[in-house]
Amino acid sequence: MAAPCFFSRLWRAALALLALGSLAASQIEDQAKQFFRSGHTNNWAVLVCTSRFWFNYRHVANTLSVYRSVKRLGIPDSHIVLMLADDMACNARNPKPATVFSHKNMELNVYGDDVEVDYRSYEVTVENFLRVLTGRIPPSTPRSKRLLSDDRSNILIYMTGHGGNGFLKFQDSEEITNIELADAFEQMWQKRRYNELLFIIDTCQGASMYERFYSPNIMALASSQVGEDSLSHQPDPAIGVHLMDRYTFYVLEFLEEINPASQTNMNDLFQVCPKSLCVSTPGHRTDLFQRDPKHVLITDFFGSVRKVEITTETLSLQRDSQITESSYKEDRMDEELMEPLKYAEQLPVAQIIHQKPKLKDWHPPGGFILGLWALIIMVFFKTYGIKHMKFIF
Amino acid sequence: MGSGGWETARAECGVGRGNLSGSACQGSGAAPPRPSVSAPQSAPVPSDVVRGKRAALFFAAVAILLGLPLWWKTTETYRAPLPYSQISALNALQLRLMVPVTVVFTRDSIPLDDQEKLPFTVVHEREIPLKYKMKIKCRFQKAYRRALDHEEEALSSGSVHEAEAMLAELKEQAEGSLTVYVISEYSSLLPQDMMSYIGPERTAVVRGIMHREAFNIIGRRIIQIAQAMSLTEDVLAAALADHLPEDKWSSDKRRPLKSSLGYEITFSLLNPDPKSHDVHWDIEGAVQHYVWPFLNALSAAGNFSVDSQILYYAMLGVNPRFDPTSFSYYLPMHSLPHVINPVESRLGSSAASLYPVLNFLLYVPELAHSPLYIQDMDGAPVATNAFHSPRWGGIMVYNIDPKAYNASELPVRVEVDMVQVMEVFLAQLRLLFGIAQPQVPPKCLLSGPKNEGLMTWELDQLLWARSVENLATATTTLTSLAQLLGKISNIVIKDDVASEVYRAVAAVQKAAEELASGHLSSAFVASQEAVTSSERAFFDPSLLHLLYFPDDQKFAIYIPLFLPMAVPILLSLVKIFLEMHKSWRKPEKID
Repeated sequence: MAAPCFFSRLWRAALALLALGSLAASQIEDQAKQFFRSGHTNNWAVLVCTSRFWFNYRHVANTLSVYRSVKRLGIPDSHIVLMLADDMACNARNPKPATVFSHKNMELNVYGDDVEVDYRSYEVTVENFLRVLTGRIPPSTPRSKRLLSDDRSNILIYMTGHGGNGFLKFQDSEEITNIELADAFEQMWQKRRYNELLFIIDTCQGASMYERFYSPNIMALASSQVGEDSLSHQPDPAIGVHLMDRYTFYVLEFLEEINPASQTNMNDLFQVCPKSLCVSTPGHRTDLFQRDPKHVLITDFFGSVRKVEITTETLSLQRDSQITESSYKEDRMDEELMEPLKYAEQLPVAQIIHQKPKLKDWHPPGGFILGLWALIIMVFFKTYGIKHMKFIF
Repeated sequence: MGSGGWETARAECGVGRGNLSGSACQGSGAAPPRPSVSAPQSAPVPSDVVRGKRAALFFAAVAILLGLPLWWKTTETYRAPLPYSQISALNALQLRLMVPVTVVFTRDSIPLDDQEKLPFTVVHEREIPLKYKMKIKCRFQKAYRRALDHEEEALSSGSVHEAEAMLAELKEQAEGSLTVYVISEYSSLLPQDMMSYIGPERTAVVRGIMHREAFNIIGRRIIQIAQAMSLTEDVLAAALADHLPEDKWSSDKRRPLKSSLGYEITFSLLNPDPKSHDVHWDIEGAVQHYVWPFLNALSAAGNFSVDSQILYYAMLGVNPRFDPTSFSYYLPMHSLPHVINPVESRLGSSAASLYPVLNFLLYVPELAHSPLYIQDMDGAPVATNAFHSPRWGGIMVYNIDPKAYNASELPVRVEVDMVQVMEVFLAQLRLLFGIAQPQVPPKCLLSGPKNEGLMTWELDQLLWARSVENLATATTTLTSLAQLLGKISNIVIKDDVASEVYRAVAAVQKAAEELASGHLSSAFVASQEAVTSSERAFFDPSLLHLLYFPDDQKFAIYIPLFLPMAVPILLSLVKIFLEMHKSWRKPEKID
């Protein structure tokens, strides 16, 4: 008799313990998840293409592909600083003007209708880039050209172009060294201009650019190690140049599967483009980053998910009734008085179209024209001689 | 034959004979030079040697003593002198925040013998335990005094509000100060169970006690009330949230806007369905009547500018879901973060101004998705139908009364009830500024807010928080600048940047002094000036460190300039030294 009683009690106790345990575990897990969540409230992106000339089409296509993904995942244009060193879409050698393609057979046009380039052509210089990062911008710079990040911003910095061991070439005339870049990031950190920074670079020997970073909260990815070259993906026979670099091509394919609500983390981004596909060995650096990469969501940097809170309180305001009524009346009166404006009547079109052309006074040809014709006639007669004139008349 | 002879002559010339002039060997079969011609050239005159040595030494002396310092001086980066010691002293600054409290005792509030001791002053100082490098001490300076006749009269009126009205007309209170009136224990001014009352202006009422330790007991109650009205640990922790080590557990601290010189507030009406709804809102009237009084009350905290716009065909980025039980649509809480981004690009907030922009959106849902409710985490519809995002703004969904559809055909004219809307927007504005619900001590009656929606001591709290935040920011900026100058040796500091730094340091020190003496408004102004000057110094465009050269480039530049000059000088110095060394040794050998 006692045994089943005892067993049922034991079973009940075990169930209760299990329930408590799972509750506690889920609470701890919730708290842990909250703990590992990033503390950012806004997202910024700085996308830089540093090479000009038609044969560097792929660098512009790289940057525009990342721009497209970042916009699709939610970062607005006001928070993106896009620097393109040359205009490929309207280049005289572009057989398909106003397009920049990133896939063979022209499947994907990354130069859509709403590309907003902030620094274009010769404005993409090392000095401007460092000014954008450190914030030391002359006061006359418009707001769209500034990086107005604060201490709760996660910033994505993507750079592409031609590079070497420890430097990146800008516009074929100057370079930025890895030490300058590391110092710029340190200045950003000192002024708390970022919460966390993701630095992606797609150049030859890209890993040398992140070797010198020493500021906290930076995660870096590069397309190739020191001594390796980053290779381009595929040439297009119609356009005549290589369309994209391999690393960015596979990163773009990876990002196309991400939506604003996805939970994919950084470890998956590190696996993109293994050596078999990319020929070079992509590298990454996470020692300066405080969180574990597997807890860092891709949308923490590529997307813009805001923290929201439900508003539960209201104030109580006194109604000012007479004012609202009278303004309502005014509104109605205004509407009745206003005649609808017709566009055609705003300009005196009839007068403009039927205007007679003014007669211009006739002037004899000026000295230059006279001289030019005299020269031509003189040469003609010198060549052919006066005696041949009889054949003309 | 001839060519063989030519060759031997050449060979003789090249080897053995130690010829001094090459011309002796040119020409065919020339005889070797006679020894007598070369003899005087092999042994130079001693005076020449001495002159040569002196010349070499003089060259070396000029190069080292004059040339090296000149080169060093002209190639160093220009740095105007900065007060580094004062900047490092700022980190160890002790902030003392003084709140002057005037405590007024009425006749029956305390025992008679205690009344004899009035007036006197008691100071209560406490250190705020924050993990911040600056020590912050909170000091309540209580000046006790007896009540004047008109005050006695006011405090014996029927209700607290009348009493307050009578007291308020009499004097203007300085920002940051408080007045506490102590009434009798059995007075009917307050409801029976309430021990204290906090008013909308900077006044409070506390019940007295007839007890031996009256002053101590009342003093403790006053401190509780004064803390609720001015400075608590939470207020300061929220202000310094960016400077304290990360505490990811609470989200309260991330809500307030950063301190700035001005703010831009934009009200937007989103009408995605103009075919069905013809929405009108009297935004000008509402801003005039409800928003500007609130902003004028806050005007000490910064310059505000307000604008408004109406956007048509602006959709939310999220599709609402249909709830069959209530025949309404709802937006679940986890989809709210995705609502803002598609709309933000159309708001035009980037063109507005360089100040931080706060956006308040009023969304009138489409006919197909009406009515639309926002659900919180438990699935219940939110009463205000609104949500906000820290440091960005707020969104409210305005559902149209279904009765409006019955009468007329589409489009239906909708007149937005601005009071309901402004109640929510102003509450969101308060939350975005960090004006939270105060922590009142137990059994305390809190008066309702004034018409403007802001109590005067809430403004004081904001100013305290902002002053501390500004001082923390300015100190961090100055310290970072000093550290940067130490780390990166190529940054140039011009004179005007140096003067901004001096001004910033002076402003920080002045702000700290004003805080310690209880003048809140001048302390706030000084702290704002400190932040402006320090930011201007740090972000001056001339500080760009483009002067970085890697070491191998430096060598490549200097070697072609210095090496051709340095090698002969060094070699001659070495030769002189070796000869001197030999001449010292010589006397020893020839003995």
